[in-house]
Amino acid sequence: MGVVGRIADALRGWTVWPMLWKEFIQLRRDRLTFAMMTGLPAAQLILFGYAIQLDVRNLPTVVLDESQSVESRALISTLANTDNFRIVASIHSRTEARAWIERGDARVALVIPPDYERRIRRGETGTAQLLIDAADPQSSSAALSGAQLAAQARGAALLQERLQLRPPVDIRVRPWYNPSQKSSTFIVPGIVGVLLTITMTLITSTAVVRERERGTLEQLIVTPIGRTSLILGKLIPFVLVGYIQMTVVLALGRLFFRVPVEGSLVLLYSLSLVFIIASLGIGMLISTIARTQGQAMQLSFFFLLPNILLSGYLFPRAAMPLPAQYLGTLLPLTYYLDILRGVLLKGIGIQYLWREFLTLSVFAAVLITISVRRFSKTLD
Amino acid sequence: MTRRAESGAVPYEWAVRTEKLRKTYGVLVAVESLDLQIKRGEVFGLLGPNGSGKTTTIRMLCGLVTPTSGHADVVGVDVVQSPEAVRRRIGYMSQRYGLYDDLTVEENLRFYSAVYGLVGRDREARLKAHMDTLGLVSRARQLAGGLSGGWKQRLALACATAHQPDLLFLDEPTAGVDPAARRLFWQTIYELAARGTTVLVTTHYMDEAERCQRLAFLSRGHLIAVGTPNDVVTQFGAASVEDVFVRLQEQDEAEKLAWG
Repeated sequence: MGVVGRIADALRGWTVWPMLWKEFIQLRRDRLTFAMMTGLPAAQLILFGYAIQLDVRNLPTVVLDESQSVESRALISTLANTDNFRIVASIHSRTEARAWIERGDARVALVIPPDYERRIRRGETGTAQLLIDAADPQSSSAALSGAQLAAQARGAALLQERLQLRPPVDIRVRPWYNPSQKSSTFIVPGIVGVLLTITMTLITSTAVVRERERGTLEQLIVTPIGRTSLILGKLIPFVLVGYIQMTVVLALGRLFFRVPVEGSLVLLYSLSLVFIIASLGIGMLISTIARTQGQAMQLSFFFLLPNILLSGYLFPRAAMPLPAQYLGTLLPLTYYLDILRGVLLKGIGIQYLWREFLTLSVFAAVLITISVRRFSKTLD
Repeated sequence: MTRRAESGAVPYEWAVRTEKLRKTYGVLVAVESLDLQIKRGEVFGLLGPNGSGKTTTIRMLCGLVTPTSGHADVVGVDVVQSPEAVRRRIGYMSQRYGLYDDLTVEENLRFYSAVYGLVGRDREARLKAHMDTLGLVSRARQLAGGLSGGWKQRLALACATAHQPDLLFLDEPTAGVDPAARRLFWQTIYELAARGTTVLVTTHYMDEAERCQRLAFLSRGHLIAVGTPNDVVTQFGAASVEDVFVRLQEQDEAEKLAWG
């Protein structure tokens, strides 16, 4: 009999209900798990939502303006307007600039030489210098692009002024789906996926291993309860836990980060089921490998790491080397992130997400089948 | 109970009958060629030093562990072929009791009896009567985790017997329990036996061994003596069951030293 047939039998018969009843009582009494269900999502959301800023803004910048002219002040304000820089001080020497950067009080120093305005007025190129603390490539590239942007803007404005021309080319960028280009809009939907991954695998794996450690699994095995009922009884309550978590994160995300909900929540919740089941399957699989709760926890965290790095949660997968991209295709979270961002940010429907849905369904079916098979009703 | 009537259809003579039952873990032989017959309604004791194969034997008979070779009929059913049919009709109480610490006494009992298919109209009355018999009513709402050893043991026995099994396995049920609780426990065992339940018990306490109708001694996986407590004592030319036990244990230690 197939897994689906066995599941139907367990639900139709009486065997799964006592298990469910027991699990819900235990869940209600287990304060730690309850805290994990609600507190953890909130803490993670606030932490990740505010702390993870992939877009580098407000780099502390000091300015050495030796030109002290209209043009130099225009350049400084153009630079400040890009939002990549935050002018923290005016300084008076290059030594001072070096000291600010070395202390870490400034990441960028703008040096405008005394002849800056003069050269522009003479029709030459006014040259300014930008010193960057490039130890962190992300902030240095933000500084670079900000500087280029400012130079171009300033240059174009001066050319227009000088030649009385309109710019021949103009690209108008319109950032769809996340118009204000905030990281949190991108990150918060991802947190739903990451949190579900961690709690689903962790709760499931430790819950099963705990029964083994305490000897209640041995007791259950000698009862007539079937393997499928036993596993279903353990998993179904956690599906509910998953949905509660998801709702908490989405509600808080909306409240604190104004994460949009463009698409259908019904669709999102329906598609989430296969992801939750796949994650529970992984937890189940871990529980058939781990002998102690400690081992189960370690394995769960071990599984979490590639999920955070390779799924596209923080870094776009397209930018990763090919092997990393292939590894990413093995993670359910990769597909779930597409679903989350697709529904929440783009408001797209099932016609664009059925591939992700099918892949996750295959993951769920395979993982549950393997873990039910491996979950032997004997102790040897 | 309705379920028992359905499943207990096969008539059987022996509660347990094994032939050349064997279990090995790699090179380690846990049980070797065990031939064991336990009559219906008997209180049967399985004795032997630690590591003699008692627990492995019980686990094979419950279908918890698959025998390497040999044959075992439990309540007239081949336990290797159809473990599920056997499981409905046996009760098992392990050394660790298998209770849920975060459920109350009543909830533990309710859960295990439901798992055995005890549902419907007469369940409530039966559970109440069962708790009453075992003196658990006053503790019904207490969490199992907060019970003392004696109470835990009594609750574990209640959970293992709520479905009125034909055969009850007790694996060192009285380890770490005070004498008063032990006496009460044995009283219950005799009551169960009087109602026709076969009981297979392993123990370290010699006074308990002497309470059994028949005994079997295991030593390093081998069955070395079977019979009434008196038979066994005579067979070994010993003064008491305890004497037999101590001699066996010393013999075991000597062999262990000789063989490494």
